[in-house]
Amino acid sequence: MIDRAIPLLYLGAAVSFILALKWLSAVPTARRGVIVGAAGMALAVAGTLLKPEIESYRWIAVAFVAGTVIGVPMAMMPMTAVPQRTALSHAFGALAAALVGTAEFYLKAPAIDRFTMGALALEVLLGFLTFTASLMAFGKLQEILPTRPITWKSQNLLNFTLLGLAAASGAYLVARPEAAWLFPVFGALALAFGVMLVIPIGGADMPTVISLLNSYAGLSAAAMGFVLNNKLLIIAGALDGSSGFILSVIMCRAMNRSFTNVLFGAFGQAQASAGASGERRAARSATPEEAAGILHVASRVIVVPGYGMAVAQAQHKVRELYDVLTKAGVDVRFAIHPVAGRMPGHMNVLLAEANIPYDRLVEMEDVNSDFPQADVALVIGANDVTNPAARHDRNSPIYGMPILDVDKARTVMVIKRSMSPGFAGIENELYYLDRTLMVFGDAKSVVGNIVKEFAGGT
Amino acid sequence: MSQDLELGLYVFVLATFLGLEIIRRVSPLLHTPLMSLTNAISAITIVGSILVAGEQKTTLSTVLGSIAVACSMINIVGGYLITYRMLRMFRKSGKNRP
Repeated sequence: MIDRAIPLLYLGAAVSFILALKWLSAVPTARRGVIVGAAGMALAVAGTLLKPEIESYRWIAVAFVAGTVIGVPMAMMPMTAVPQRTALSHAFGALAAALVGTAEFYLKAPAIDRFTMGALALEVLLGFLTFTASLMAFGKLQEILPTRPITWKSQNLLNFTLLGLAAASGAYLVARPEAAWLFPVFGALALAFGVMLVIPIGGADMPTVISLLNSYAGLSAAAMGFVLNNKLLIIAGALDGSSGFILSVIMCRAMNRSFTNVLFGAFGQAQASAGASGERRAARSATPEEAAGILHVASRVIVVPGYGMAVAQAQHKVRELYDVLTKAGVDVRFAIHPVAGRMPGHMNVLLAEANIPYDRLVEMEDVNSDFPQADVALVIGANDVTNPAARHDRNSPIYGMPILDVDKARTVMVIKRSMSPGFAGIENELYYLDRTLMVFGDAKSVVGNIVKEFAGGT
Repeated sequence: MSQDLELGLYVFVLATFLGLEIIRRVSPLLHTPLMSLTNAISAITIVGSILVAGEQKTTLSTVLGSIAVACSMINIVGGYLITYRMLRMFRKSGKNRP
């Protein structure tokens, strides 16, 4: 009786996951989506625990407790740490898939049909490579590892060789599952390829990498579904895989780059020389007092936040600035570039955490036509995404990348530590325009001072 | 091609198309919660993990399965909780956060 109910529980779980993602499309229904998603997962877990194949619950219970004890603190991390947390959870998810695949191999081989073995090889390959690649991404985001791209000669050759060998050993195992000695080699090759894949990728490309790993973790779960002949796993894995895929396409498009270029192009390296050329021009600098004075006579302000704002932990001071400006009747909006921050949508979450209303956050396509009417564009910790060279300078490495047209505002104010170039390693000609004022200093204290001056001046 | 495989491929292809259509509609505002939610959903690997850990066929499979259950559980608990926490932070102008 219970046996027959289990497929229905799984069906219910699949429907819940689809509804969860559907409701996540807009803020008012999004929380409902999360609850439905969690309920779906509860159905799936309950259905699995009811299966008659399960002999003992002891280790399952221990693992439940261990997972919960580690999972809760991971949910309490500050929003600035969400990218590395996400990378770490991709690693856990991929490891789970790879370990189940490994266990299934030793249980079933050599009496395993070709197709199941093919799915199993795919599950293990994607699982192990995503595991180490996500750990590397975590290391770079947490700045345990150097964030700049690490490259050397014939790196791509080595990477393709590793991937080729891994694919070849996987294929051999499909043809001859009795070759159990090859399985550890296969796993090790996948693990090694994951490490090598992320080493040459720089910090600024992390949004794309994280999205891609999200997709791989999902596909690995779908492959597990084929091995176990479980449709729920196939559906959930396919949803996850397509989500990661869409996000990585959006990220690539926002940087005007292709997948291959992100994965094998080693961005920062090639442009280091381009940044050094060109004569030194003078930029105009201003004090926080002067900046506050300009804001006093402004009626439309667009703030352009970048990852530098998050690094300086300035988002709460930015909220104070938003509050005093709004109180003074100034229209304040925030222009969000798709790749601002370290993962898709990161900037929105940071500003929401600082209690800035989400209807004040505007996406790039919607805000660009408003810059010519803005009195002040206030750039805080963003660099390459505001560089006008992307529009007109064919020789610039970022030529063609969609940018925020801050240079069209009447006055541009840039809060920045120094004149040092951004991740792409190129100078930003925005800083040398006549309408641009540079306010040098730490974003948190500069914005704090502007708030003080602004409030004092009224 | 076996019937299970054929059916599985149909399910996979259709779910991928559905996923692409649904995810395309998600506002860029919510891309971070989207990723943490799909991350939690991909912890559906817990189904396979529980089976391998609970069948108790060999020591190796029980150990690997139990580690996999713990890993999936981390993502389930952590993923849903942090997504919910994030979404609670989004508020409209004029309304204070609860």
